Amino acid sequence: MLEIRELRHEYGGRTVLSVPQWSVPQGEACLVIGPSGSGKSTLIAIIAGLLAPSAGSVAVAGEAVTGLGAVARDAFRARHVGLVPQMLHLIGVVSVRDNLRIAQRLAGIARDDRAIDACLESLGIAAIAPRKARDVAVGEAQRVAIARAVVNRPRVILADEPTSALDDASCARALALLRGAATACGATLVIATHDQRIRGEVARRLEL
Amino acid sequence: MSTIRLAWAYLAARPLLALLNAAMLAIGVATLVLLLLFTSQAEERLARDASPVDLVVGAKGSPLQLILSALLQADVPTGNIRLDEARKVAADPMVASSTPICLGDTFRGHRIIGTDATYLALYGAKVAQGRVFERGMEVVVGAEVARRTGVGMGAQLVGTHGLGASGTPHEGHAYRVVGVLAPTGTVIDRLVVTPLESVWQIHEEHPGAGAEGQREITALLVRYRTPLAAALMPRRINATTSMQAAAPAYEMARLMNLVGVGVDVLRGFAVVLMATAALSMFVALMSALQERRYDLALLRMLGARPAALFALVVAEGVTLVLAGVILGLVLGHAAAGVLGSWIARSNAWNITGLAWQPAEGWIALVVLAAGAATCLIPAFQAYRRDPAILLRR
Repeated sequence: MLEIRELRHEYGGRTVLSVPQWSVPQGEACLVIGPSGSGKSTLIAIIAGLLAPSAGSVAVAGEAVTGLGAVARDAFRARHVGLVPQMLHLIGVVSVRDNLRIAQRLAGIARDDRAIDACLESLGIAAIAPRKARDVAVGEAQRVAIARAVVNRPRVILADEPTSALDDASCARALALLRGAATACGATLVIATHDQRIRGEVARRLEL
Repeated sequence: MSTIRLAWAYLAARPLLALLNAAMLAIGVATLVLLLLFTSQAEERLARDASPVDLVVGAKGSPLQLILSALLQADVPTGNIRLDEARKVAADPMVASSTPICLGDTFRGHRIIGTDATYLALYGAKVAQGRVFERGMEVVVGAEVARRTGVGMGAQLVGTHGLGASGTPHEGHAYRVVGVLAPTGTVIDRLVVTPLESVWQIHEEHPGAGAEGQREITALLVRYRTPLAAALMPRRINATTSMQAAAPAYEMARLMNLVGVGVDVLRGFAVVLMATAALSMFVALMSALQERRYDLALLRMLGARPAALFALVVAEGVTLVLAGVILGLVLGHAAAGVLGSWIARSNAWNITGLAWQPAEGWIALVVLAAGAATCLIPAFQAYRRDPAILLRR
């Protein structure tokens, strides 16, 4: 369950985000939709514990993220939050498998290559596991970013504009991959987007 | 994947730059190590050669030249002194022992020194083969002389007049080798040692080889009976006789000071080189940090603590410095070995690259600390990275 109450964030004396109340049941998918500058990325950053809000609370699976200290927020994010940034950034100097190992290590999970291989297999990219991440194609990088987000079986997956730069076919495929991965690990999926093409694909929405 | 492995992956991604930075640092460390090995081994050698003697009494002139010629066998003597005058010094109650030496000839570049058996005792020399000389025209050869010339027991050898390379041989005055000395690591290894009488006998037609009363020697090596002698004897000899007295400890310190100026310049050069390497490493890390700002943000996004990013940058810098230090130590020792063997071909100095000086550990530690300090600013910048930049990109 993702639960938000009286959330407000100010920047330079101006309120850039305000969400009075919103909740998403565990395992459900939802869209945070709105134009550029409406506070979507700010909301993602607050849920992920990257940013402390000016007021209000956010709870993920019963844990009040906004009530945690900086160290606990980092640990919580590593263990229970999967993030898929818009630019899909991978660490290029190491292999695809190592990108996932880094996520495991930071989450405090013992190295588990079988889990990594199963995750890559489920996304159809097992063959590129040993390749340097800088050498993979854009479509592969998108799958690797999703694999990295789900490898620790998080409670919530946060995707920031995952389809904005994609053509229609790729957009549908990316959405299907995200939903499939979230369903497979029972995570709540939050997609922040201004892409109107996927508006009708997800029933639960938060308009900003 | 550990911090060290990730740091290594970043270094391996830019191998040329990493190699150049490490190489610059290594050259600086190697120069320092080379200087250290040379100066320390030279100082040890000088100390070994000079330490058995408290005072050298010889002809007036440069005291340093007297020490170099009489103790280190590395310069021409300042002249001769009268044997009867030297004996008066030897009879002084403050003198524990004295050793007369007489120079004048060489054998294949090795000095022939006329003396008595106390000279062997000064350097703790033991006979490895044969026996000690007992009469005139008998010699024992140092271990280095035997090794280089191949002269062994029973061999006859003819000395060449003078200490330079262009002397005439003393034909008809062959020495007989009666003993070969065991190596001592001191000056005696490269000498041919014979009784004083041999030198006088060969040089009968030369000045200084007259009747007992007028006989001359090159120098008298003195050991004090009491520390008080150090304060009184040199002054008295210099003031009241035609001879001069020089203290090896003082002259060695003066020599090392003179040589030290050149060594200090080289040492300064090495430090400048290392400072340049540190600056270059700093620039490389700052530039890498800029290139990797999204990697660092991603790591934070994945849950890495700011301290972990700090550690990552420090690990990268320290790995580079460690590589430079190890490479520098290896290069320094290799260079000392190569230069040492090159010098040994024309000189009796044995500089080895296999020796380890405790100061090398300090050099390594100081360079590592300085290198780690160089990483602090880039590491602190990594520490302060905003993790949300990937979401705003």
